[in-house]
Amino acid sequence: MSATTEAATPRTTSAARPRPRWTRNISAKIAAIPMIATALVIFLGGTIWTVVYSFTNSRLLPRTNFVGFDQYERLWETSRWLISIQNLMFYGVMSLVFTVTMGFVLAVLMDQKIRFEDTFRTIMLYPFALSFIVTGLVWQWILNPQFGIQGVVRDMGWTSFTFDPLNNPQTVLYGLLIAGLWQGTGFVMCLMLAGLRGIDEDIWKAARVDGIPTWKTYVVVIIPMMRPVFITTLVIVASGIIRLYDLVVAMTSGGPGGNASQVPAMYVYDYMFQAQNLGQGFAASTMMLLSVLIVLIPWAYLEFGGKKHG
Amino acid sequence: MRLTKLTALLATVAMPAMATELEVTHWWTSGGEAAAVAELAKAFDASGDKWVDGAIAGGGGTARPIMISRITGGDPMGATQFNHGQQALELVEAGLMLDLTDVAEANNWKEVIFPSTLLDACTVDGRIYCAPVNIHSPEWLWLSNKVYEDIGIPVPTNWNEFVETAPQVEAAGKTPLALGNQPWQSNLAFGAITVAVAGLDVWKAVNVEKNMDVAAGPEMAAVFEAAANVRKLAANSNVQDWNQATNLVITDQAAGQIMGDWAQGEFQVAGEVAGQDYTCLPGLGLNAYLSTGGDAFYFPKLNDPEKEEAQKRLAALLVSPEVQVAFNLKKGSLPIRGDVDLAAANDCMKKGLEILASGNLVPSGDMAWNPDVQKQNEDLLVEFFKSDMAADRAHAQWVSNLKTGL
Repeated sequence: MSATTEAATPRTTSAARPRPRWTRNISAKIAAIPMIATALVIFLGGTIWTVVYSFTNSRLLPRTNFVGFDQYERLWETSRWLISIQNLMFYGVMSLVFTVTMGFVLAVLMDQKIRFEDTFRTIMLYPFALSFIVTGLVWQWILNPQFGIQGVVRDMGWTSFTFDPLNNPQTVLYGLLIAGLWQGTGFVMCLMLAGLRGIDEDIWKAARVDGIPTWKTYVVVIIPMMRPVFITTLVIVASGIIRLYDLVVAMTSGGPGGNASQVPAMYVYDYMFQAQNLGQGFAASTMMLLSVLIVLIPWAYLEFGGKKHG
Repeated sequence: MRLTKLTALLATVAMPAMATELEVTHWWTSGGEAAAVAELAKAFDASGDKWVDGAIAGGGGTARPIMISRITGGDPMGATQFNHGQQALELVEAGLMLDLTDVAEANNWKEVIFPSTLLDACTVDGRIYCAPVNIHSPEWLWLSNKVYEDIGIPVPTNWNEFVETAPQVEAAGKTPLALGNQPWQSNLAFGAITVAVAGLDVWKAVNVEKNMDVAAGPEMAAVFEAAANVRKLAANSNVQDWNQATNLVITDQAAGQIMGDWAQGEFQVAGEVAGQDYTCLPGLGLNAYLSTGGDAFYFPKLNDPEKEEAQKRLAALLVSPEVQVAFNLKKGSLPIRGDVDLAAANDCMKKGLEILASGNLVPSGDMAWNPDVQKQNEDLLVEFFKSDMAADRAHAQWVSNLKTGL
């Protein structure tokens, strides 16, 4: 009996006052609880845990023996880590510039109402369906001096032909770049194509009426209008570059010359699991998180902060 | 009537399940290694239990993280391979490993296991936690006889002669020294060169007594200078894996390789004969000694008395003389007990057995240093060997790496 009276009371009050904000769309909010919990516990919780333990001297098992910034000091004195950062910066800038330009140019070509557009789009996007491991293995064989391009050309008679980027510390990053571009450009092309399709047909008509050449319309009108697409593309490509790992493992495992193609994610894995030094691995992964944030925060500011002003 | 038939059927089906199943994880996947593991499995199955093979491909660097995460993640296997030393130390300290002291006492391991450092590496606070199965020593120089015959000079008998004749080998268009790109191989070669150039006493002072003044001293500086010259000999070997580098020696493209005694399996598979097609020089021919690393089995705690008994039976079996002979002949490694007869061993294994009997032994790097130091040195030395890093800079970095493990 008391239960019914208790249940009845809030109903009358809610009828009297406007319903509190949080009860609006209550079913949608309940449905989102598992995802919110996952995000909080696993992503945020795991991140905080990692950052906290990066200040300990944990080895094989996590221990709460805090040592301040020791792990970070050691990290930034390690030549392998510094080389990893340099490699990643080089790969990142090159990869970013080339995927975005090539992706955009391909999208423009695709947007000329060509025949068999679907077929071309499928072909271009197909590499993206392969994982980096598969991509890496395929290109490792293609670039292998004995069995790949170099071998084929030499067999045809040009015996002095040399093309072995993966065996030379000076060129190994270009070898990685070839595979990375092959895999990622199609995806950027599709994003750009979607952006181009979102441009109103009337703008093209207006440009044609004014007699503006096509290339100038793209540079002056279309590209500025596609700013959100470019920003999204940059963020997706950049965060993918920072966690670059599997492509390197499959193609070079960090070599040649020991560390000519080392990347930060490999350092994290090697020190967490092979060296049994969790603290050092956590410190390195915290630095990676920091660099992802450096990419993401300006984006979030532009995307969400901009709206309030505009 | 039908019921009894059914129970009879059930009984026969259930019979094999009476034997306790133990999953055993290891990273022995190459041809010779797999054959050696099959011997262990055969012996365990014959004793009435069931060996469930859990081979993990990709070498110890890939396998160990999987093993450790299974043990710490609450899904322990029945038994697992590690290199004895400090790799599993924290797991033992955390109480995740089965105490084998009673098995060791019942089977008199203290008396039969030779050298005793092997058992010391399994001992934590006076209790024994692992069963050693073999001895591998990393400091061997493998030479192709044919390369030297073609040039018309005698095959070197030690490291110094090897370095002296290297220009002639190079002039003949061959690579003097094969060295794979994987980091641990550079670390291994450096360890061997240390003993050859600086001698055993310096090696012991640095790695056993952990005397950092000696590590930073002129003897080690000389080793780094020597290694800086050696890396020029290996400039042309562009292979990744150790067995690819060994293959360069087998196919007479390279004159020599510094590699552990496991390289012998490759020569055997290729049908080469020790002393005739290839020459092996333990301790690089200068100091006849072996550093006794190797493999051991650890048994994670399972909280199941029946399985615990089976684990202890397996531990005793691994050390037993019959299994030791069968396993090590296939593996090409040396047995962990001095009282077994390896009459079928080839020339190189016999050289190893002689040194073993003479007691010229030091503990391995895996025993002396924790995996963190090992990994840092691997990273440093692969950079040193594969680039033109200055010797004094590498030396200073090496000393500070060692200091993180004190």
